[in-house]
Amino acid sequence: MIITLEHYLTVAALLFVLGIIGIFLNRRNVIVILMSIELMLLAVNINLVAFSQALNDLVGQVFSLFVLTVAAAEAAIGLAILVTYYRNRGDIYVDEINMMRG
Amino acid sequence: MFEFYTPDFLPILPQVILIATALAILIEGAFTESAGPALIRRFCMGALLAILISALLSLIAFGLGKQVTTFNGMLVQDAYTLFCQMIVLIGSAAALAIGLPGLENQKLNRFEYPALILLATTGMMFMVAANDLISLFIGLELQGLALYVIVALQRDNLATSEAALKYFVLGALATGMYLYGASFVYGYTGSTNFDSINAVFRYGVEGPISLGSMIGLVFILASLAFKLSAVPFHMWTPDVYQGSPTAVTAFLAAAPKIAAAALTIRLLYLPFGFLVDYWQQIIIFISLASMVLGAFAALRQTDLKRLLAYSSISHMGYALLGIASGGAIGVQGALTYITLYMFMTVGTFAVILALRGRGERCVKDIEDLQGISQIHPKMSMMLAIFMFSLAGIPPMAGFFGKLYVFMAAIDAQLYTLAIVGVLSSVVAAFYYLRIIRTMYFETRPETVQATYGDTMVLTTEASFVLVLSVTVTLLFFVYPSLLLNMTQMAVNSLFN
Repeated sequence: MIITLEHYLTVAALLFVLGIIGIFLNRRNVIVILMSIELMLLAVNINLVAFSQALNDLVGQVFSLFVLTVAAAEAAIGLAILVTYYRNRGDIYVDEINMMRG
Repeated sequence: MFEFYTPDFLPILPQVILIATALAILIEGAFTESAGPALIRRFCMGALLAILISALLSLIAFGLGKQVTTFNGMLVQDAYTLFCQMIVLIGSAAALAIGLPGLENQKLNRFEYPALILLATTGMMFMVAANDLISLFIGLELQGLALYVIVALQRDNLATSEAALKYFVLGALATGMYLYGASFVYGYTGSTNFDSINAVFRYGVEGPISLGSMIGLVFILASLAFKLSAVPFHMWTPDVYQGSPTAVTAFLAAAPKIAAAALTIRLLYLPFGFLVDYWQQIIIFISLASMVLGAFAALRQTDLKRLLAYSSISHMGYALLGIASGGAIGVQGALTYITLYMFMTVGTFAVILALRGRGERCVKDIEDLQGISQIHPKMSMMLAIFMFSLAGIPPMAGFFGKLYVFMAAIDAQLYTLAIVGVLSSVVAAFYYLRIIRTMYFETRPETVQATYGDTMVLTTEASFVLVLSVTVTLLFFVYPSLLLNMTQMAVNSLFN
């Protein structure tokens, strides 16, 4: 079987949708949300690298390097915010994040 | 033999100044044993000075009126970029200036605060200067990451960290959607450069555009709607406005919204300019939903900042109305609208931050304003002016902003949209006028009197901001061509 661009795009789309589902249907804990965000960004990287290969153009791979770098910074900030939240609250259950409503 | 390409740094000199100041503040702050309020105040002043110098440089370059691209076409500096940069810089400077007393009071005394404001502002300047999907991404993230930290800066408050967590998760989701969309646009047009993407759509305009670019466009629009806090993606706004310290809310309301709106305009008209028929429907829907939801949801709010959050959602709806009109007049209207909105919102927050009680508490609920006109007649007069202007009552600036976008919408034959806009602004007028009624026609209960809004902390910088925004709001109609000529120049450079 020959693996074509469409296969890569399908895998990336599946991972991306899994990431979104992980953010919205997750009722347990915030760490899973951070993992889902990473999953979405990695799906984007698969997309970019596959397109870059198909177009025979290096820009997509450069883009994916930027995405990787920024994703690391984002994860660091996300975990830092999570730590301050945990210190104030004592747990990180998603269901309990509902102080402000209206 | 390699030939090294050295980019032209002159067009990004304003950004370089901000970054250098931010780094200097961070280094000096890290090496100072105890960073007390005096030092932080000095840092804030330094940051303010850097922002003002940067704005002045942008103004000079705006006067020269040349179009330059640099970093291999990654960034573009034209009248549009420079105008939006100036507005963003004025917004940041004003928010920093009015936040100074608030910082001391809300235990936000961290030297990182001015540095983060500078970095976020730099990110916004890169956003409006971006001419490539990659540089746009870097600008968005520089802004976003700095803003998440600014919101979370008050570490010992549960509401603040909850707001920061929500902001972060939804912001990261928006980033993911932007990137997914950008990857499709790249894949189906073969380039990330705005000019090249535009060229692809121009020459391929005969047939329907490929499904791939359509998917990309929709994902990018969704993430922009998040940054603008337009309706399907507005959920974070009220919580973040309410949870953050008021000084931070003022910054969030002033600068990032302007940058996001400016960015949306460039993105829709430059790379996707030939796809008007495809994105117009989406923008019309977003605009309609934002105007209506912003007007109705604010009616039952008791928290002042939450009310302003819904008000900002509906104002973004009006700005999008101009963008949806799909022409130079509409864009000019939208640009004028967001500029005037920036002045009104900065003024409103300046008043809110100045009024405070003995418990070091800022005015929080609308009830705290009961009968405040007897204690602080000048401040309540100014707040009333801003409320009238936000409601769109002539001859305040807000009325003219709305007039321009409605005229553009009627020009583009979007009659239903214009009618819904007028009706929702009537609904919105109700809650703005309610604030005025609370200030002037309700008596102050004894219990409240002791606590909230009794004392007033007004620094020189804050009163300067207040005078400036009152002048713009009240006297815009005397000399509107000053602003209109500038927006005209900006729009011309976008459409040339």
